[in-house]
This record gives sequence, structure tokens and C-alpha cells, in this order.
Amino acid sequence: MADTSVAHAHESHHPEHQDDANLWEGAKEPFKASYGKLMMWYFLLSDAFTFAGFLIAYGALRFSMPTWPEPDFVFASFPFVNAHWPLIFVTFMTFVLIFSSVTMVRAVQEGHRENRKGVVFWMLLTILGGATFLGSQAYEWTTLIVKENMTVSQNPFGRHIADGIYLNADGTEAKNEDGSPKTFQKNESYLLHKHDGEFDIPKVKYTTGAYAGQVKEAGFGPKAFGALFFFITGFHGFHVFSGVLFLTIIMINAASGLYAARKNGYEMVEKMGLYWHFVDLVWVFVFLVFYLL
Amino acid sequence: MAGHQTYEEQKALVFKGLMLLGAITIVEVVIALLAKGHLIHGVKFTEGFGHYLYMLLMIGFSLYKAYFIIFFFMHMAYEVRGLALSVLLPTALLVWAIIAFFQEGNSWGNRRELIKEKNEERVKPVPAGQPQGYILSKDDFRNKI
Repeated sequence: MADTSVAHAHESHHPEHQDDANLWEGAKEPFKASYGKLMMWYFLLSDAFTFAGFLIAYGALRFSMPTWPEPDFVFASFPFVNAHWPLIFVTFMTFVLIFSSVTMVRAVQEGHRENRKGVVFWMLLTILGGATFLGSQAYEWTTLIVKENMTVSQNPFGRHIADGIYLNADGTEAKNEDGSPKTFQKNESYLLHKHDGEFDIPKVKYTTGAYAGQVKEAGFGPKAFGALFFFITGFHGFHVFSGVLFLTIIMINAASGLYAARKNGYEMVEKMGLYWHFVDLVWVFVFLVFYLL
Repeated sequence: MAGHQTYEEQKALVFKGLMLLGAITIVEVVIALLAKGHLIHGVKFTEGFGHYLYMLLMIGFSLYKAYFIIFFFMHMAYEVRGLALSVLLPTALLVWAIIAFFQEGNSWGNRRELIKEKNEERVKPVPAGQPQGYILSKDDFRNKI
């Protein structure tokens, strides 16, 4: 009698006690999520740490530099338009990713309804969104590399550390076209241009700050900027690229009826959806760190 | 998963998400252009209190977008609590990483002048003809084995 009451009390604390005997049979899902979905979540968690590491490195290096290129000066080009439109093109890219995230949610929802045509249609739109984003990034990179000469080890985008005036090659003060002295202000952005394959680095005379009265070169900006930009946006772009590949494979599988036969509500599409939303999520922070702050 | 919602409700959520994320992004960019002095001539928040306020606002908006994507697009809101906690709690470690590494970056910045000074330091030149440094003799190796 005593034994049974103890066993009973024990059981009431652990209502699933009896199920534990079959714990390794595979029928019981931890957190009520399938193995694949759970592992996708933990993969995304680890990937979030990788991206966070990169973005924190960006922050640490930026804090260690006396100047840092201004995003609204660096990212101001727009395809087919020869104008200075700060941040407009990256806003477009952000919208492309938001749209492709939304179409992915629709694909997952159609999957739950076992609607094959709906899944394929919305996945196709998602793939188009991803490809548009990659094309936009290709344009952005090409402009920076070919037109503006930025590479992983060279950054021609700089900012003046103090007020001053530009000097001619012979050391006299440079003039604007209307005859006024060609001055600049502290924190003003500049881009070094190439002439005949050589960078044209202007001499300047500072009028304020620690170097007041001295002649210096307004040279390259922090080298780390180029490396961080190409590495972090490249790593994100690679995620988008592999996402587009897997979306294509899964769309073809869905069209072939493979997932309909599994009768699990197109779970593969749902797992792919998690990954795709994560790519959008990372872009939220890349956008914040590189373009807004 | 999300079984308590009707199909119409699910579609409405998608539309709401599109509007919300789009609206926040537009507001972010407009505020960014305003703060950096591109919209109104002479109005700029690039230094001091205004700049801190601007950065806080941008981080706040981004965190809200992240919350919405994780909880509604990725359906974390409808998962078991344990799953949500096991994925979200570890990210709290990043708070410390941000504090520690930004502090470190600041310190590199402050020591930049000192590092440059030390790099430019030169040893006093030895007069020509005299041996440089210390030359080991046989005595140095005695009784050492």
C-alpha cells in the first residue's frame, strides 16, 4: 500500500513518466516541433551569432577610428540615373527583400492547405525577389569597385578631420571657379579620384584642430571600411544566393508532387521559409549598421 | 501550427506585415535623410544629443522589425514556449559582446596616438665600428649543461 502511494505521488509529478519508456522510439517530438524545424531554428541561431560577430567587429573598428565614411555619401548612386540620391537604392533593395519575405509567408500558408499550385506560384515570386536583390547588389558592388575604386584593401572614401583649405600642386591656395577660396569643413566627405591610373591625393592646409596651420594630404579613408563592407554584405549576399538555389530546388520538388505525397503540410517549404525570413532579418541589421547609423 | 487562425486571418496578417515593415522602412529612411541634413537645409542631427536620439530611434525601429519577422513571419509566437526561449535567450549573450567590443574599439581609438608614437621610437644609434648589441662569448655557455 505504501509502495503504491509513493509510486502514485511520483507519477503525479511526472505525468509523462510512462511515456519515457518509449522516449527513444522517435514518436515524441521535443518542443512539439519536428526534428528538421527544430534544427533549422538552432542553425539560424548559430548563424545569427556569426552575423552578430561580423557586425560587432564593424562597430568596434568604427569606434577605433578618428573618422569613418558617411553612408549617405558613399551609397548614393542609382542605376541609369547620374544623380546623388543618398540611400534611395538600398531602400529599394530593402523593399525587394520585404516583398520576397511576404510572398514566402504566402507559400507556407498555401502549403498548409495542401495547395500545390499556390505553393509553386508564391515560391516563384519569392525566387524572383531573391534574384532581383542579388542583381541590385551586383550593381551596388560594381559601382563601388569599378567607378569608385573601393576594394577590400583600399578605401577612397574619406572625411576631413578639421576645417581647412585645398592647395594646388605648387602649394598656393586653390580657388573655386568664381574666385573664392576652395575651403572645406570638418567631417565633410570626399572621394579620391583616379587620374591615369594613379590616385589624385590633394594637399590641404588645416585652419582648425590639432593640425591647424599644417599642410597635410587628404588621403584614403579607413581601410577597414572596404573590407568590412564587402565581407559582410558579401556573406549576406551568399546567404541570399544559396537561398535562391534551395528555393528553386524545393519549388521543383513541390511542383513534382513530392511534398504532396508526404502529407505533412509541405513542411519542407515551411523550413525553407524560416531560412528565407532569417535572411530578411539579417538584412534589417545590415541596413541599420551600414546605411542608417 | 497557426491552426487556430482561419485562412482569411492568415492572409490579413501577411498584408498587415507588408504594410508595417514597409511603413517602418520608409519612416527610417526619411528620418535618416532628415538627420543627415538632406531634406531641410540647415537642419541636421549629426552631433550630440540629437545624434544619440537618432541612433536610439533607428535601433528601436530595427528591433521592432526583427521582433515582427521572428514572431509572425517565422511563427515563433505560435511555437511552444520552451522552443522560443531556447532560441531567443542565447542571443542575450550578444548584449555583453556589444558592450565589451565597443569598449575595446574605443580603447584602440584612444591609444592610436600612443601606438603611433611607440612605432616611431628609434634605438639610439651605435657609433660606426662598434659591435651592435651583446656578443655571446664561450664563457656564457660554461656550466650550463
